[in-house]
Order: sequence, then C-alpha cells, then structure tokens
Amino acid sequence: MERSKRQKQRKVLLMGRSGAGKSSMRSIIFSNYVAKDVRRLGATVDVEHSNIRFMGNLMLNLWDCGGQDSFVESYLTNQRSHVFTSVAVLIFVFDISSKEAAADLLGFSSTIRALHEFSPNSKVFVLMHKMDLVPTDQKPRQLQQRSADVRATCIDEGFLDQQVEFWPTSIWDQSLYRAWTQVIYFLVPNASTIESMLRKLGELLDARELILYERTTCLVVTHITRGVEARNPYGDRFERMSSILKTHKHSMAKHTGTMASEVSFAEMQIKTGDFMFFITRLTENTNLAVVMPGDEAAFNAARINVQIARKEFDYLDIAERKGKDLQKQFDGDAAEHESRLSEDGEKSAHGKFGGP
Amino acid sequence: MRTLFSENILSLSPTPAPQSNPFELLFPSSLSTASSTASTQSSPRQDDWLTQHVQNQHRADADAVNQTSYVSSGHRTQNVRRKGNPKLLFMGSRRSGKSSVQKVVFQKLSPADTLFLESTSRIETANMHSFITFESAELPTSIVTAVTAPAPDFDHQAIFSNAGAVIWILDVQDEYLTSITSMIQTAVFLAETYPRINFEVFIHKTDGLSDEYKYETFREVRQRVQDELSDLGHGDRSVSYYQTSIFDHSIFEAMSKVVQKLLPQLPAMEALLNKLCSTCRIQKAYLFDTVSKIYLATDASPSFLRDYEVCSDYVDVIVDIKQIYGWHGQGNSSQEDGGGVGESMVSYDRSGDTYVYAREINNYLSLICVMGRGSSADKRVLIDYNAGILHDALLQIFKV
Repeated sequence: MERSKRQKQRKVLLMGRSGAGKSSMRSIIFSNYVAKDVRRLGATVDVEHSNIRFMGNLMLNLWDCGGQDSFVESYLTNQRSHVFTSVAVLIFVFDISSKEAAADLLGFSSTIRALHEFSPNSKVFVLMHKMDLVPTDQKPRQLQQRSADVRATCIDEGFLDQQVEFWPTSIWDQSLYRAWTQVIYFLVPNASTIESMLRKLGELLDARELILYERTTCLVVTHITRGVEARNPYGDRFERMSSILKTHKHSMAKHTGTMASEVSFAEMQIKTGDFMFFITRLTENTNLAVVMPGDEAAFNAARINVQIARKEFDYLDIAERKGKDLQKQFDGDAAEHESRLSEDGEKSAHGKFGGP
Repeated sequence: MRTLFSENILSLSPTPAPQSNPFELLFPSSLSTASSTASTQSSPRQDDWLTQHVQNQHRADADAVNQTSYVSSGHRTQNVRRKGNPKLLFMGSRRSGKSSVQKVVFQKLSPADTLFLESTSRIETANMHSFITFESAELPTSIVTAVTAPAPDFDHQAIFSNAGAVIWILDVQDEYLTSITSMIQTAVFLAETYPRINFEVFIHKTDGLSDEYKYETFREVRQRVQDELSDLGHGDRSVSYYQTSIFDHSIFEAMSKVVQKLLPQLPAMEALLNKLCSTCRIQKAYLFDTVSKIYLATDASPSFLRDYEVCSDYVDVIVDIKQIYGWHGQGNSSQEDGGGVGESMVSYDRSGDTYVYAREINNYLSLICVMGRGSSADKRVLIDYNAGILHDALLQIFKV
C-alpha cells in the first residue's frame, strides 16, 4: 500500500525560443489566467519549476525554461545533464509567425540532440503556436511545411517518428486544450484502467457519453463515447467543453471575488427534451460529465449512481497498482447499486414532478 | 413574421414614454451601474434629474395630446411611427467603434477581431433574428456630417423615420470634443425633427482607463452635453449615458437598457419578474434574449454588472453545450417544438444553497435566476411551478 500511494513524478520540459508563448500557455492551463491577461507576463528568467498535482498520484514536474539565448546556451552546456535527464515529455513551442524560422529550427535541433543524449525514450510534443496570426487559408500549408522541417530534424537527431507529435495551437481558441489533452493523456499512468471502469459505468447508466475532466485545469483525462453519440458531428467537443468550463470558472471567480483556482461548482445540470447533461465531482480532482438521452427518470438515477460510484474511483485514484482487482469488485458493486438505485431515482423523479 | 408591436398597441398608447417608467423613478441609480456611481458622486445632479423627470412627464403628456391631434388630422410627419422591430441607429465620429459595437453585439464577432474591420463608407444595416428582430444600421461619418449640415437633397426621412433609438458612440480614448460638437448638433436636429427617437450616448472604449479617470470623463462629457443642450433650449430632452467597452459586458448591458426602452411590454415583464423574485426568494432574475445575450427585463432589485456577467456567461455555457450535444434534434426540426422545456441549474456549494437556475421560455428567450440563500434545493418544486406560470404569462404577453 505504501508503495502504491507514492506519487509518480513526471518531468515535463517546456522549451522554445524567447517570446514563443511558453509561459503564456502554462499560465492559462495551470494558473487560471485568461488569454488576454498573459500580456502582463514578463520574460521567464532561467527555469521556473512548478509541481502540479494531477489525478491524485500523478505529479507533473513542469520546467518552464526561459527561452532567451543566454539561458538556452546554459541549458545546453553546463546545465545539460541537470536539465535533460529523466525527461518524460518535452513540449517544444514554435512561434509560427516568427521571422527567423531557421534560427528556431537550429535551437530545436540542438535541444533535442541534448534530449536524445540523456533521455532517448522521452516523447516530444511540438506545438506550432500562435496559429491565430496565420490567415485561415494559409494555415494547412504553413503547418505542413513547418512540421515537415521539424520532423526531418527529429529523425536526423535519432528520434523515431512515433515519438514526435505536432499540434497547432493558439491561446485564443480551444486548440491549446486539444494539444495539452494529448500531453496529459500520454502522462496519466492508468488511463486504460480508468477508461475501462468508465466504460462499465457508462453501460450501467446507459449514458451516451462520459467525459472525465481534471478539476483545476479542465483538461480532458479520458472519455467514453457510446452508441449514437459516436456520430456527433463536433469532433472537437472535448476541447470545447474544456474551454467552456474554464470560461465559466473565470466568470464565477469574478462574480464571487475569489481566486479562480478555488472556484468549482458542485453540480451543473442541463436538461432539454433532446439530451440531458450533468457534470459533477467524481474524485478529489476530477469532474465527470455525463450525457444522457432525454429521460428524466434515467437522469436522476444516473446522478445518484455517479455519487455511489465515486468511492470506487477514489480508491483507484491513489492505488494505481491495485487497479485490476478493484475493477472486479467494482463490476459487482455497481451492478448491485444500479438495480437498487434505479428505483430510488425513479422515486425522486416523481417527487420532482408531483408539485402543486 | 413575428412582430412585437402590433397595430393596436401602437394606436392605443403611442409610446410608453420611457421617462415615465416607474422603476426609473424608484431607482434612478439602476439606470446603469456605471452611471450610478457617477451620479452619486455628483449629488446636485440628482435634483436636476427629478426636475427633468417632471418636465419630461409634461412633455410626454403634451406629446400624447399632439399625437391624438395628428391622428385626427391624418398627418403625423413630426412623430416617428415605430412599427415592426426596434431599430437602432449607430452614429459617431470616425473610428469611434460603431462597426465594432454592431459586429460584437449582433454578429458575435470576437472583440479582438474588430481591429481588422474596415471603415464603413455607406449605410450598413444588419438584422438579427432572435426573439426580437433587431434592426441596426450604422451611419458612416460622411452621413453624420450631412445630418448636421443637411444638404437639400439629403433624405433624412428614409434614415430616421422608423428608427427607435439613435446611439452616439463617443471614443473617450480619442480627442472627443469635436465629436461632442457634432453629437449636440445631431441631438438638436433630432429633438426638433424627430422628438420620439431616444438619444443614447455610449461613452466608449472605457477599457484600460483607470476608474477615477473613467468617472471623471464620464461626468465631464455628461455635464458638457447637458449644458450645451440646455443652452440650445433642449435641456429637457433626456439623454442617457453609458460607459461601454466591447471587451467586457458593459456594451451588452448598455444595449439591453437601450432596447428595453423600445419595448412596450417592459412594465408587464418587470412586474412578473418582481412577483417571481419575491415569492421564490430569487436574488436576481433576468429575462435573456438567448442569441444576443441582451436582457429584455429584470426585476426591480438593484442590478450589478457582475450579476449580469455571470448570467450572460451562463447562457453561453448552456447554449454551447446544447449546440454540442443537441445535434440529434437538428435534423428533424418538428421534434424541436415538442421537446420538453429546457432547464438548467448549476450549484456551487455542497449544500446546494446557492445556485443559478435557468429555464427556457422558448427557443429565443430564457429566464436566468440567481438564487439567494434560503431557497434550497427542496424548494425546487415550488420554483419550477412558479417559473412555469411565468412561462405561460410571458408567452401570452408576446402572443400577437
């Protein structure tokens, strides 16, 4: 038990040239900044470390490395082993509007050379940032061109093709969340276990979709799509939801005068004839969004069932190694709850309508 | 086409003169949160306000008398006859932000993108079809000068005859004295030719200014315009001032106030909301036009910009999520009407004591309530029931 409770530290390097937008995106994702507030940020001096508790047992050890040439120089020389050892993920940010593409690429190649030297198994996420500055019609072309260059560099430096991913981002839309969701999904250690548990839950609730969000960052950890929802035309709906929830959080923070990091709603419900939707807390730092078909009784049953399921997930959150046997236990339990609870749910639904 | 202003409403009571709205009398400071602070600062002006109110009342009476006489003689060129939809005219000097306001409010352009708007060279009109069809038009600066110094062939009839309100946009971050001069000329022109048009002044681009400077400028502009107008003999003309910026919600709030003045149903809606709030212990209730996020009515309790912000953001959340997951209904629109009433709720603490409640009145109109302490979740039944009654009442009000 001792061992499984220990937190898993993952080192994440955030690099890129000065002014590329590294600290901006970090502030937005992790420190609840609004996109327009980031212009207040100054240049990062040397490395800013931040430890972010994520999903109970996962601790992100984020190194935001200042991008000015003198700092980069020192990372590559006297701090080389300190910076580049045991890196899980390197996030390299390119400013797509940069006028000095060649110099950017040169910096990138020396960075990943050092990375390959000390942590050859790490994953590289290349973010083509500030996409909003590129006119819409030129986006695909520019992106393809730049990523081809970068990919060639990576392969030159010895990285395999599947170790590198490219994502266009902009702090002004949800593309930033899409990219970071990928990073998080890669880092979450027990994603597949969580996924299979969620799938089970989804079947029991007869939900169309379940989405698990991290509470403070609103990043999607994982999601389950069932039945007709797979045909949902909005492929980017998870990022959209992240950004919707984050915006909501800000507006609430402004309203109550508290810090954005402290605001979190207990529950949100949206009911229409077409679908029913609710978001509620699942574990200490995750929220679960459930999309249901438009049926009031099933909806109320689902709300209660999610409450019951909480403790199973809580357990999983800490004890990642016990995932397997837990799951068996969970299967039995949840089925039992379901049969008992759908009755309760039915009752509460009737109570609600039996008004004056 | 759905029109709000049916023929008989018009002929019975030409315009419910916004000046004699009882709520404004009770809450002069609720005119706009921004202006309220300013008016408390300048307390002598409050007395002015009262005298002005009395004058206005006289004026409104006189107007009504005029109106009937015109009707009998079958000639009413003097008065603007508003029918159909509220029409807003945006005016102001070059680069003051007319197009930006219009695009942000009615076409949902992101405020950051307004930087790239070209300057407007001819009258551009835009319609927004929502619960109420708003018609807005923007007069380019060349025409504004034409209004103040009318050329003989200039057809102001076409522009102003069916307008409900003229919104003058004043850029406070620019040299605004010349703009004030032409604003006053326009106001006088309108007062003489089309006295029924509401004249509204948006003191615009207040974002990024310090609070103190903002209020100072606001007061200065107001004082100056008021003085000039009284010098010219139109001191009794009520001009409303709003501090606005497209980068926050103030522009929506100001637009809401402007639009509300053009709605004959406003007193009825306000009375309904007041009743609902007192019976259900609602802190604040808004009736939102879902698409534009302009609110058509609110209850009489003092309104704060931040309450509005929360509600309008919440409308956004609901609309966005509905868009993402409501794709089933889009195919067969007939089902849309038959579907249950949409409602939504978000609670903040575990006890569920403070929460925001939203209910769809129809596709375009929603009721958003910020619930106060003491209306806990077990009272939901009552609230649902009362909201249902309000729902029916509203639909009846707007049934034409």
